[in-house]
Amino acid sequence: MSDGPAGGARPGDMRPLPAVAGERPPKPRPAPVPEPEAVEYWKAAHDGRLVIQRCDDCGQHQLYPRARCLRCGGPVSWVEASGRAVVYSYTVIRQNYARPFRDWIPYVVALVDLAEGPRVMTNIVGCDPEAVSVGMAVRARFEPVSDDAGIALFEPA
Amino acid sequence: MSTPARRRAVIAGVATSDYPHLPDFSEHAVHAQAAERALADAGLNWADVDGLATTGFFPMYATGVAEYLGLHPTYYDETNAGGASFEVLVEHAADAIEAGVAEVVLVTYGSVQLSQMGRRLGTGGGGGGGAMAPGPAIYDALWGNTLVGNYALAARRHMHEYGTTAEQLASVAVTMRRHAADNPMAQYRDPITVDDVLSSRLVADPLHKLDCCVISDGGAACVVTSAERAADLASTPVYVLGGAHATSHHLNLSAAADLTVSPAAQSGPLAFERAGITADDVDVAQLYDSFTITVVLTVEDLGFCAKGEGGPFVEEGGLAVGGKLPTNTDGGGLSACHPGMRGMFLIVEAVRQLRGHAGANQVPDASIAVAHGTGGMLSTGATLVLGREAP
Repeated sequence: MSDGPAGGARPGDMRPLPAVAGERPPKPRPAPVPEPEAVEYWKAAHDGRLVIQRCDDCGQHQLYPRARCLRCGGPVSWVEASGRAVVYSYTVIRQNYARPFRDWIPYVVALVDLAEGPRVMTNIVGCDPEAVSVGMAVRARFEPVSDDAGIALFEPA
Repeated sequence: MSTPARRRAVIAGVATSDYPHLPDFSEHAVHAQAAERALADAGLNWADVDGLATTGFFPMYATGVAEYLGLHPTYYDETNAGGASFEVLVEHAADAIEAGVAEVVLVTYGSVQLSQMGRRLGTGGGGGGGAMAPGPAIYDALWGNTLVGNYALAARRHMHEYGTTAEQLASVAVTMRRHAADNPMAQYRDPITVDDVLSSRLVADPLHKLDCCVISDGGAACVVTSAERAADLASTPVYVLGGAHATSHHLNLSAAADLTVSPAAQSGPLAFERAGITADDVDVAQLYDSFTITVVLTVEDLGFCAKGEGGPFVEEGGLAVGGKLPTNTDGGGLSACHPGMRGMFLIVEAVRQLRGHAGANQVPDASIAVAHGTGGMLSTGATLVLGREAP
């Protein structure tokens, strides 16, 4: 198992990298420019909450945010999700030239199915990449990436 | 409304450019070389061309290629479905020929991505372009996924649901390399084994380096015209029997309902119905092989085996010349040439097979061929059925 890059990051721990004197500053995680219909979604993640859309008519949940319910066309409202999910599929990324991700190799990219239904792309953190499996129960944790946006990461439940 | 026999669409000429490394070519010069050769193969001239179909990575692309080639087409099309684009463009061109709105449509592709970008395409970004991802693509773009990683997610899920093994995936690459050995232009021709694939480095589990297509320069072209026009030409025409295309999502893999099913499950049955064939009628296939998993999904979704049986199908030699479904007889994108959007190469090799011009990997008496393109992140699928005989 790799000792990780300078700065002490461990596998499965995709935290912002510390600056190292004499080297160019670490690149932060990319941050979104929130689209108007998604401001609340990104802000909630910044504040440590996962919100998803729920159809006012049929009750179907969805992400990412859309103007209407994808199932029945009804109007949608934001509701808070439980943050519980299971891994639908995952991969351990072992080659990515883009910073900051290349400094975190190997790391896990996964699709997880929220308990409420929607599927989201994420990283599984807080465990060894080799410990991740399809069907594994995970829960959301959050990381701010700008003043008005955060992202949901998932860790073993 | 049935098409009169004289208006039936045919492919009258095909060619590739030189490949896989063209450091002295511009992208447009690759188009020109492939187009000139395809016209010569058809026995037509630039002045005969009244339609142009091509696509690339900026808007009004076909217009730009027309300008470079000195063409003033009254039919043009640049539908972009990623790697599936050229099956869609030929389907559209065939419709235009049969509708009588074009007489000779040149379909071209050109790329110098190896010379311009090197080999970082598959693993160079935050996934869909990081924070620069367009529109809703942002929702999958912030977690350091790569192009290879997207296909790896599909492969992992297929393994989970159906017990598909890394060895089975690897066997796709082994068969493609065997076919490439007989293609003098192929980028890689030395034989490989399943162990070679499994011992090549993991790029994104479970996909190894040799589960991934090569990165090349190159282009290809074909000429679509009517049976009536082709009758006057020295070349052997191949009939466009039917085509169809589908999409399940754009760049967000999270928006795909089921990662073990590709859009081929929609486009394949539609194209076969339009062509009046079944999977059993197909003699030879050219299936987009961006990654080994792409081929496993495609043989299942087009109905060459049941869902979940793609692993055993490829492991038992189903893709080899002499197997159930001889596939990618030029060595495919996994070994011969993958210049970004490979779809045009699939059509060229399909036509060569139906003409009996496929060299050492010729499938005896091939009369029905399928070319199937897959684009984006398993986002698009387009199926084209070609035949030696008139429908």
